Amino acid sequence: MTDVVMPQMGESIVEGTLTKWLKKPGERIERDEPLFEISTDKVDTEIPSPAAGVVSEILVEEGKTVGINTVVARIKESGTVAGPEGTPLPPASSPEPPAPEPPPPAPEPAPAPAEPSGPLSPLVRKLAREHNLDLSQVKGTGAGGRITKQDVEARLASAAAPPPPPLAAMPPMPPLPPAGAPRTRIEPMSAMRMKIAEHMVLSKQTSAHVTTIHRVDMTKLARMRERYKADFQASYGFSLTYMPFLTRAAAVALRHFPLLNASLDGNNIIHHNEINIGIAVALENGLIVPVVRGADEKTVAGLQRAIVDLATRARSRQLKPDEVQGGTFSITNFGSYGSLVGTPIINQPQVAIMGVGTVEKTPVVIDDAIAIRSICLLSLSFDHRLIDGALADQFMSKVKQVLEEWSEEVL
Amino acid sequence: MRKCCLRELGRTDYGQALELQHQLIAERQQGLIPDQLLLLEHPHVITLGRNGHANNLLASAEVLSRAGIAFYPTDRGGDVTYHGPGQLVGYPIIDLREWKRDVGAYVRAVEQAIIDTLADYGISASRIPKLTGVWVDDRKIAAIGVRISRWVTSHGFALNVSTDLNYFQYIVPCGLTKPVTSMAALGVRAGLHEVGQTLAAHFGRVFDCEMGELIHD
Repeated sequence: MTDVVMPQMGESIVEGTLTKWLKKPGERIERDEPLFEISTDKVDTEIPSPAAGVVSEILVEEGKTVGINTVVARIKESGTVAGPEGTPLPPASSPEPPAPEPPPPAPEPAPAPAEPSGPLSPLVRKLAREHNLDLSQVKGTGAGGRITKQDVEARLASAAAPPPPPLAAMPPMPPLPPAGAPRTRIEPMSAMRMKIAEHMVLSKQTSAHVTTIHRVDMTKLARMRERYKADFQASYGFSLTYMPFLTRAAAVALRHFPLLNASLDGNNIIHHNEINIGIAVALENGLIVPVVRGADEKTVAGLQRAIVDLATRARSRQLKPDEVQGGTFSITNFGSYGSLVGTPIINQPQVAIMGVGTVEKTPVVIDDAIAIRSICLLSLSFDHRLIDGALADQFMSKVKQVLEEWSEEVL
Repeated sequence: MRKCCLRELGRTDYGQALELQHQLIAERQQGLIPDQLLLLEHPHVITLGRNGHANNLLASAEVLSRAGIAFYPTDRGGDVTYHGPGQLVGYPIIDLREWKRDVGAYVRAVEQAIIDTLADYGISASRIPKLTGVWVDDRKIAAIGVRISRWVTSHGFALNVSTDLNYFQYIVPCGLTKPVTSMAALGVRAGLHEVGQTLAAHFGRVFDCEMGELIHD
C-alpha cells in the first residue's frame, strides 16, 4: 500500500486545495499518470501517481484544503506491474518533490475508517432495509470507500427495472456537521454561481415577466413514443424523449409567431431569421443553456440527437463557446424532476422561455366523460414589454395543437 | 547556462495559443525542446480559471458575444480574466525541475520580471501579500494564472500596456473588486513589442537563462 500525500509545492507553501480527483477508488493507475489536481496561489497543478496499482482509498474530498504531507489517498500496488514497458523511469525525475526540510508538524490526517465499507449514513441503512439489500455486496465510491446513496441506487437499478434517468437522481445528502461545529459556514460563490446569480437578477430587472400556463394532452405522443421507443433506440443508439417533440412544436409555433423569436436591445427589436432553441441543462453546481441551431429545419430524430449530444457534452464540460451563444428562444424541462408547473426566468436578451412540467396520467373531462390522459402543463414566461398576453396564448395554442395533433412519422 | 527560446507570436487567437501550449508542454516534458517564453496579444477574450468550476454560461456568453468577446474556460489556476489588444500576454513553458521545484518561487519570479520591466518605464509596481499579480498602489496592472503538469509550467501572465480598461467591466478580475490599470493609464506610451523585449531581458535574468529567438527550421 502506498500513501499518496499532498506534495510540497514550494518552500513557502504549507497547504494546497484538492480541486479534482482524476481517478476513482477501484480504478487502475500507472506510475506517473495524473491522479489529482491541486490549487495553490493561482497555480493549478496536476499531481502524478507515485506508484502503479489500484486506487484503494480517497481520503480527502474535492474542494478541501489540507496541509502538505497529509495522506490524501492510498494505492494498492499490483506486484507484477512495473513501469510501462520500454520506458524506464528516470530515477532522478521522481514525481514527488523531495521535502528539503522536515515537514512542519501538520495535524495528522484522520485515520481511515476501520470498517472496509466505512460508516453508513442513516439514509443508506434505510434504503438497504427497504429494498432488503445486503450492503456487503455494494461497492462504495464515496470518500474512503464509503457507501453512498448513489451506490445503493446504482445497485438497485442494475438489479431491477430500467435505471432512473440520470437527471432524476437525488443529490447526496450532505454529511451532518460534527457536534460543536460552528453554526454557520461561509463559502464564496464559484465564478459560475456568480454569473448565474447576476444573470437571473439582471433578467428580472430587465423584463416584465408574465407566465401563462397551458394544459397539453400528450396521450397521442406518449403512445407514439411507446411504439417507436425500441426501434428508435436500436436505430440511433439513444432513447426517444418528449424533448424533440416539444422543441419541434416550439419551432413550428415560432415560425407562426416570429415576435416570440425576437430579442430586445434597449428600445430596438431584433428579429431573428434563424430559430435557435436553447435547452437548459442542469449541471452539478449550476446550469447551462446550449443551443440547437436551426431547430425548425431538424427532424425529431435530428433534434433528439442534437439534444443528447449537447446535454452530454454540457455535463462533461466540453461545449464550445459558440454552442451556448446565439439562442433565440429557450426551453427548460423541470418536469424531469417531477415539477408540475414552473415560472421560468427569461434567458436575456430573449423574450420568452417555455417550461415543461412532468407528463402524468391525469383524469380529464372529455365529452362529459372522465378519461385518463397523459397530461403535461406547459408554461411560457414572456417579456410583456414586447409580447402581449393574446400573442403569447396564441403561440402556446399553436404549440399545444402541434403536440396534440402530431402527424409526422418519427423514424 | 540554460537556454530559453523566445517566441513572439503577435496577435493570436486564444484557442490557437492554447493548442500551441499543449504541444510545447508535451515536447518540453519529453525533453525535446528547451524552455520557452511565448509573448503574444489576444483578440478580445474572457477566460475562466478552473477554480470556479465555471463553464460557458449562456448568461454571460450572450452578453459577451454581443460585445464581440470570445469566452473560454481554461485549466489554469486563478479566476476570471480578460485579454485583449494592447495587453502583453506571456506564456512561459518552463521545466521547474531544472530551475527550482517551487511553485511559490516561480510565481514570485514572474512577478519580479514584470516589476523590473515596469521600473524601466518609471512605474513603481509591487506585490500585495496574498494577492498574486503585480500592482501599482492598489490597482492591478498584471494578472497571473498558471498550470503545472509534471513540473512544466503553462499559461502565465498578462500585463496591461495599452489595454482598453473598459473591457474589464465585464468581469470582476480574479474575483477581486480592486480596480485595474495599464501602463498607458499611468502615462507611459510604449508598444507591445518594445515592452516585450524589455520583459524578455528581465525574464532571462530572473530565471537565470539565456534568451534566444526561435530559429525557424
